[in-house]
Formats: sequence, structure tokens, C-alpha cells
Amino acid sequence: MLALFQGSVSLGLLWAVMTIGVFLTFRILSTPDLSVEGTIILGAATAARIISEGGDPFFATFLAILAGCLGGLVTGVLHTKFKIPAILAGILTMIGSYSIVIRILGASNVSLLRLTTVFTFLQDMGLSNRNAVIVFGLVVVAASGALLYCFLGTELGSAVRATGSNRNMARAQGINTDTTTILCLMISNGLVALTGALVAQNQGFASVDMGMGTIVIGLASLIIAEVLFPVRNVWSRLITLAAGAVLYRLIIAVVLELGMAPTDLRLFTAITVALALTLPLIRDKFSKMGSHGKGGSKDA
Amino acid sequence: MLDIKNLHKTFNIGTPIENHVLKGVSLRLAPGDYVTLIGGNGAGKSTLLNSVAGTFFPDEGSITIDGIDVTSLPEHKRAAYLGRVFQDPMMGTATTMSIDENLALAYRRSKRRTLRWGVTNKERARYRELLANLELGLEHRMSDKLGLLSGGQRQALTLLMATLTQPKVLLLDEHTAALDPKTAPKVLEIGDRLIAQHNLTTMMVTHNMKNAIQHGNRLIMMSGGRIVLDIAGEEKKRLTVEDLIAKFSQASGEEFAGDQALLG
Ligand SMILES: Nc1ncnc2c1ncn2[C@@H]1O[C@H](COP(=O)(O)OP(=O)(O)OP(=O)(O)O)[C@@H](O)[C@H]1O
Ligand SMILES: [Mg+2]
Repeated sequence: MLALFQGSVSLGLLWAVMTIGVFLTFRILSTPDLSVEGTIILGAATAARIISEGGDPFFATFLAILAGCLGGLVTGVLHTKFKIPAILAGILTMIGSYSIVIRILGASNVSLLRLTTVFTFLQDMGLSNRNAVIVFGLVVVAASGALLYCFLGTELGSAVRATGSNRNMARAQGINTDTTTILCLMISNGLVALTGALVAQNQGFASVDMGMGTIVIGLASLIIAEVLFPVRNVWSRLITLAAGAVLYRLIIAVVLELGMAPTDLRLFTAITVALALTLPLIRDKFSKMGSHGKGGSKDA
Repeated sequence: MLDIKNLHKTFNIGTPIENHVLKGVSLRLAPGDYVTLIGGNGAGKSTLLNSVAGTFFPDEGSITIDGIDVTSLPEHKRAAYLGRVFQDPMMGTATTMSIDENLALAYRRSKRRTLRWGVTNKERARYRELLANLELGLEHRMSDKLGLLSGGQRQALTLLMATLTQPKVLLLDEHTAALDPKTAPKVLEIGDRLIAQHNLTTMMVTHNMKNAIQHGNRLIMMSGGRIVLDIAGEEKKRLTVEDLIAKFSQASGEEFAGDQALLG
């Protein structure tokens, strides 16, 4: 039981970084970005290849972030400069990433077993595998959350938020919305790639297919956070995103424990997200029906 | 201050819904001119304002603001010279951001955005003062999100944002049309006050003939993509709504006859 909990927390914290990235595009920029499916493996592959060649794991992780930013840049340019709808631009980056990832890996799968990763130094300090990941994950989530929070409070960050809130207004206030859109996509995909790099080092390998369903996992975590913790300000939202990502992992661990086939997981997640997304609509309908009933009796 | 020369704009060129909206509009505003702009639906008033703002580029003609040719300058670069208030109270502000953040966005309209803080405490003190001048009690709600404000409060705030950096030209496009009859005059009055205070060159579109006469020092009427009436000074002061309605139908009648003549 404890192992199950620890496992979920450690994995959840790593995926929390990606959830923050998804939040950044979906909620702050109001632009659905599917390139994350590609940039997560771009991050994993970049880190894995460098580490497997004997490179420094921190340097490898840093380059993974840059690779993710590059992916975001491509999506951003396709979307803003070439006027391709955001979803399609994201899909193009995602599809393209698969080929690039196979080139980076040189195979469809690279193993990192027994190699030095970013977690190794914590393990050397006597922490168990799981706890090392939890400690490192906490630090990374806190650091990226804090950095992002500060960024959103700057002039540039405000411009990004204004772009997501009202593009016409943003332009009328002299904001180059193309630039802010591209910037936001780069940061978001950098975070996603960071998750990819950490997950690969945690699981001991990187493969092409580990990105599948990323967006749904990110959305599931995001929606869990929003439904369970209806907070208003960005700071509390960032914290609840981490909680959402961990809770998602816990839910998954529990349903697996209860005997669900691992291959059914994606369907399970997809249905959960679909339900959660329709929840506000259903709630609206019910409350309308309620008020309608009252109004009706008055009219009659 | 604003010099528009022979402006043409056609939407959806080369398609069955091709629409020649601006047919050679020329207009020169002196510094401090406050022009009210009237005309029927589809006359091209918004299209004229949007061309000045750079929402799209004209097909022909030129736009000069204070000696700077902005005809092909992108919208966000032109914003430094312009203040804008739209008809829809949702359009002019970032509804998910707070009052002080919105003002701070407007304050940085002509500046490079850096990694410095988006709003400083010094600014907040100044905004509080300016908001107090609006007499809407907004100075006590600086951290409220814009989405919580009423339409009138939003338009008043958008006016303040539009004039915060003293634009060279202020563009108001039916900015009180969506407001209730009690709020609209208040917002118009706030506009007049800010315009007078900074001596702003202004173009205000309205469908209300009375407002068009009472406000500003010059009145322009558009019909069919052309300016058909331009009244200023003493003549405008003596203008009555009846005069204006007579001139309105006369002008559109002439316009129609003109079209007939062209066809013939
Ligand atoms: N972006 C656009 N794309 C296509 N057609 C447009 C566009 N903007 C305006 N039009 C068309 O141009 C014509 C003039 O529109 P415009 O908005 O300038 O009129 P207006 O004088 O502001 O009218 P109103 O008083 O109704 O606001 C209309 O026929 C409109 O449909
Ligand atoms: Mg209009």
C-alpha cells in the first residue's frame, strides 16, 4: 500500500511539471496545444541519448528542455505566422517529432539502466529510489511553479495573460500577440519536455511510444485540480495542479490494483476527462431545470 | 494630427460576397479636433476606424498620424499612437485580469515589455487617484477582475486606459451603444472630460444624433463608404436634430442618385 502511494506520488510529481505546461497553454493562453505529445518524447529522447553516451544528466535534462522549447517554437510559428489552426499546428509538430525522436534515439528504445541520472546523487545520499524521485520532483515542481508565477507577474508575463484573455485588446495595447503566443508555447513545451526527460530517467528508458496520451493525462490532472479545488489566483492554482497530477496517478494506481487491464487505462482516462468536461454543462442543465421549475410555478 | 487620404477598402475581393466598403475617404483632423461620426448601418464607420487602428490594411490610400505614415504599420505597433474603445464592453479589457493589471497593460502601450514587474506600487497609487476621478468607486476595487464589473464601469475604465498615455488619436466606436440610458451619458461625460483634459484628437462614432450634435467640435456623416457631410464650428453649434435628419436623407438620396448616374 505504501509502495503504491509512494509510486503514485513520485510519478505524479514528475508529471505535475507537464501539467503546469498544459495549464499554461490551455488556460492562460486559451490555446489548445497538442504538440506536447511530441515534445514529451523529444525531451525524453534528448536526455536519454546524451546520458546513454555518458553525458552529464543535468546537462542532458537542460538540453531536453531546450528541445521542448524548439518544438513549441515550431508550433507557435506555424500557428501565428502561417495562420494554421492551433490544434493542427500542434498535431504537425507532434507527428514530426516522432521521426526526429527515432533519429535522436537511433532506435525505438534506449535503456538507461545503471547509468547516472539526475536522481543518482540523492540515492547516493542514502535515499531510496522512490524517495529520491519524490524529493527531486518536489524541488523541480516548486522551482518551476515559483519561476512561472514570477514570470506571469512581469510585464512580459502580463502580456501573455492579456493575449490569452483578449487578443484584440492585447493588440490595442501594443502587444505583439504573435510573439507572446510563441513565447508561451515555448515555455509550456519546455516544461513538458522536462517531464519527459525526468520520466525517462525514472523509468530507466526512453521509447517513441511513451508520449501517447500525454495530452489527455495533462488535461485529466488539470481538470481534477479545477474540479476539486476551485481556487481563483494563479499561485494556488499552480499548487493544486501538482495535487491534481498526483491524484491522477493515485486514481490510476487504484484502478490497476482493482484489476483493470493496463491497456484499458487510456480509455478509462479519456472517458473520465470527457465526463469531467461535460460536468459543468450537466450541472448547468440541472440548475436551469431547477430554476425553470420554480419560474414555471410562478408563471402558472 | 490625423491625415487620411483617398482610403479604399474592399472585403472578400474576388469572391461573390465582394464588398467595396470604403470608396475613397479623405479626412484631415487638426490637433484637438473632436469629431463625431454618424451614418447608417454598413456606411463604413467602423471600417474607417479599424483602418486607422490597423485591424486590417487598406487597399489604397494612406493614413498619417502626426506626420508618421502608419499605412502599413502592424496594429500592435500603431497602438502606441492610439487609444481605442469598442462598442462591446467585453472587447476593450482583459476580463480575467484585475483593474490595476489592465491599467498597467495600457500604461505600457508604447514601451518594450521586459521582465520587470507588470504593476509597481508607485503605479498603483497613481491608478487609484485616476480611478477616484471617475467617481465610480473603482479605486476601492483595484484587485477585482474586470469580469466582475458592469458594462458601464468597463467602458469608463477602457476610456481611462485609452487615454492613460495620451494617445495622438482617440477612437471611440459606439462605445456607449451597449449601455443603459442612465449609464451612457455618464460614460460620455467621462469621455468629454478626459478628452478636454488632454486635448485629445478624437473620432467618436454614434447613432445618436443628439449626442453627435452635443459633443465635439465637428460632425461628419458617412454614407455608402464616403464622407457626405462635414460640419464644424458655429454651424455645428447651431445644428438641430431636425436639420441633421433632413441632411441625412438628402445626403443618402444624393448618394443614391449618384449611383444611378454611374449605372446609367
Ligand atoms: N472584417 C470584415 N470582413 C468582411 N466584411 C466586413 C468586415 N468588416 C465590415 N464588413 C462589412 O463592411 C460593411 C461596413 O461595415 P462597418 O462595420 O464599417 O459599418 P458601420 O458603418 O460601422 O455600421 P454600423 O453602424 O452597423 O456599425 C458592412 O457591410 C460589413 O458587413
Ligand atoms: Mg460599426
